[in-house]
Amino acid sequence: MDAAIELDNLARRYGERVALAGVTVSVASGATLAVLGGNGAGKTTLLRVLAGLLRPHGGAARVLGASLPGDRWRLPARVGYLGHEPLLYRELSGRENLRYHARLHGVPDARVDELLAAVGMEERAGDAVRDLSKGMVQRLAAARAVLHDPELLLLDEPRASLDPVAAELLEPLIGRASGRTRVLVSHDVEGALAESDLSLGLRGGRPAPVDAELYR
Amino acid sequence: MTRAARTILRKDLLIEVRTKESVPAMVLFSITVYVLFHFGLDRDSLDGELASGVLWVTLLLAAVIGVSRLFAAEREQGGIDGLLLAPVDRTALFVAKAAALFLFLTAVELVAVPAFALLLLGPGLGGALPELFAVLALGNLGVAAVGALVAALAAETRAHELIVPLLLLPLLVPVLIACAQATEPLFRQEAGPEDLGRWLSLLTLYDVVFVLLSIAVFDFLLED
Amino acid sequence: MYSKGLAPLAAATVVTITTAMAMVFFYAPNDADQGFVQKIFYVHVPMAIVALCGFIAGGVFAIRHLRSDDSSWDMRSYVAIHISIILGLGVLVTGAIWAKASWGHWWVWDEPVLVSFLVVFLLYCVYYPLRFSIEDPDRQARYSSVFAIAAGAFVPLNFVAVRLAEAYTHPRVLSQTGGDLPGDMRLTFLVSLLGMALLFVTMWKLELTAKHASMQLKRLRNRARVAA
Repeated sequence: MDAAIELDNLARRYGERVALAGVTVSVASGATLAVLGGNGAGKTTLLRVLAGLLRPHGGAARVLGASLPGDRWRLPARVGYLGHEPLLYRELSGRENLRYHARLHGVPDARVDELLAAVGMEERAGDAVRDLSKGMVQRLAAARAVLHDPELLLLDEPRASLDPVAAELLEPLIGRASGRTRVLVSHDVEGALAESDLSLGLRGGRPAPVDAELYR
Repeated sequence: MTRAARTILRKDLLIEVRTKESVPAMVLFSITVYVLFHFGLDRDSLDGELASGVLWVTLLLAAVIGVSRLFAAEREQGGIDGLLLAPVDRTALFVAKAAALFLFLTAVELVAVPAFALLLLGPGLGGALPELFAVLALGNLGVAAVGALVAALAAETRAHELIVPLLLLPLLVPVLIACAQATEPLFRQEAGPEDLGRWLSLLTLYDVVFVLLSIAVFDFLLED
Repeated sequence: MYSKGLAPLAAATVVTITTAMAMVFFYAPNDADQGFVQKIFYVHVPMAIVALCGFIAGGVFAIRHLRSDDSSWDMRSYVAIHISIILGLGVLVTGAIWAKASWGHWWVWDEPVLVSFLVVFLLYCVYYPLRFSIEDPDRQARYSSVFAIAAGAFVPLNFVAVRLAEAYTHPRVLSQTGGDLPGDMRLTFLVSLLGMALLFVTMWKLELTAKHASMQLKRLRNRARVAA
């Protein structure tokens, strides 16, 4: 079976500066990769490359069978991204936001209601996003990320604003139980390692062993 | 229009109806500028080229506000990632944004042009309406195409409130020339010789060039 | 990479410009109406033509940059536009001098070339703030190219629009550039035009060479730092 993600010496510049270099990893379908490292190590950059938002500048990358950068356009339909920004329009309600994304992905409205129930937001679904608490917004963002039933989930600190109840609600959607291939960025090293199959440490954009030195 | 373009357009219209931030501001701005012109020129009524000039300059300046705010909702939600992560053709995105701008401009003109006739225009508007519509339609199309392009160019720069007017206004000079010259005879007390065909042709040429160009380059603006 | 042929090019430029200057001062006749000052025409018009070609060349290089994703085309585009902006300033200044001498005002709106040049100049001045307000270098290059293409397409459109807006035509030496110029004036004009074009290309190559060298230096420094 083809690996879901295959990276070989992936490189990405920021002008003359190195953002990523020599990143080589293979993630099997359904597995979880934990990406760990200090601030500025390149974790978010890596996620954005995998999402198709950034083009690789060197090396080879295949995500869900699509080679980057050429087949980037194939990725949005199959990748779910839950980053630092919820990517929800603040003036629209949760339901309107999800319906908007659903239409863009060609997903029926019924799925929106299904997900709203799954994340426990049916009651507040009609309220404008700017009136919701951070935790509720995060729940909606998670719903947005899995709306189109993506094969690959890219999660950047997914549980940051969540209370334990919400975290439990989201578990079947974005957790290991979801069965999707996942790439997880987290500052909670132990927690991340506990729920992942393999790990990648990054330091200054390059792979580094996951030990105490990583966060210096 | 593709489903994606329609979806994005509907979203932008919905947000505008909710926030009422762009269109009312542009209308208010236009009327304020008419008042400024009244005091600045010390005139109670204008006709001919003066009327033409005041109307179009005001509308163009109001358009700058609309263009500045075209990607405001995206900026507020943390960037255009949301649009990039959706399986949307960049051309559809351009069409949606340009269409939104076109509709906003039309809405503004529905109030701003009669207001102009009321406040500053000497001769009546009546007979000139069909010609005026043609000029407005073609003019708005040009402004919409160039405006969407400039908005995207400036969307993620640091100094976007500065860049938008500085970039947009010179690019719209041909539109201003064509619209002002076209309506000048329409705003005269006695009907003068018209050369509408020439100016509408110039507008059409401008529109075609910039719609095609914007569609061609839009891809390069929203990827990394 | 860019410095190939720079020396002979520079030499040719110097020779042509010197010849042109000699011709302007000693060969071309004084204009009957405008006198000696009319000779600024031999600087003003070639500068305008070369600057406009430079802007359009900047747009063409930008197209190549976007298609090939090769940043050296972006540099060529940037330098072409950069030099054309400087020449553009020269066009406006010499135009003003000529206007003052011929018609008594520092600026006239009857000259469609001069007026459309002012608009083009104002537009291209935004190139710098646009470019340097974008921090990501790759995006900076890409957005600059998009601007260069849009602005390049704008130049001819704008000229047509301004031309059409002119109610009256002034009998000017400018309008005679087509072929009404008497033989000795035309020859002087052509030599001046050639000299200006050569000057542009020389300055363009020179700046590219300097930029390329400083980039190489920076790269070497970075490599040394990383290795250390």
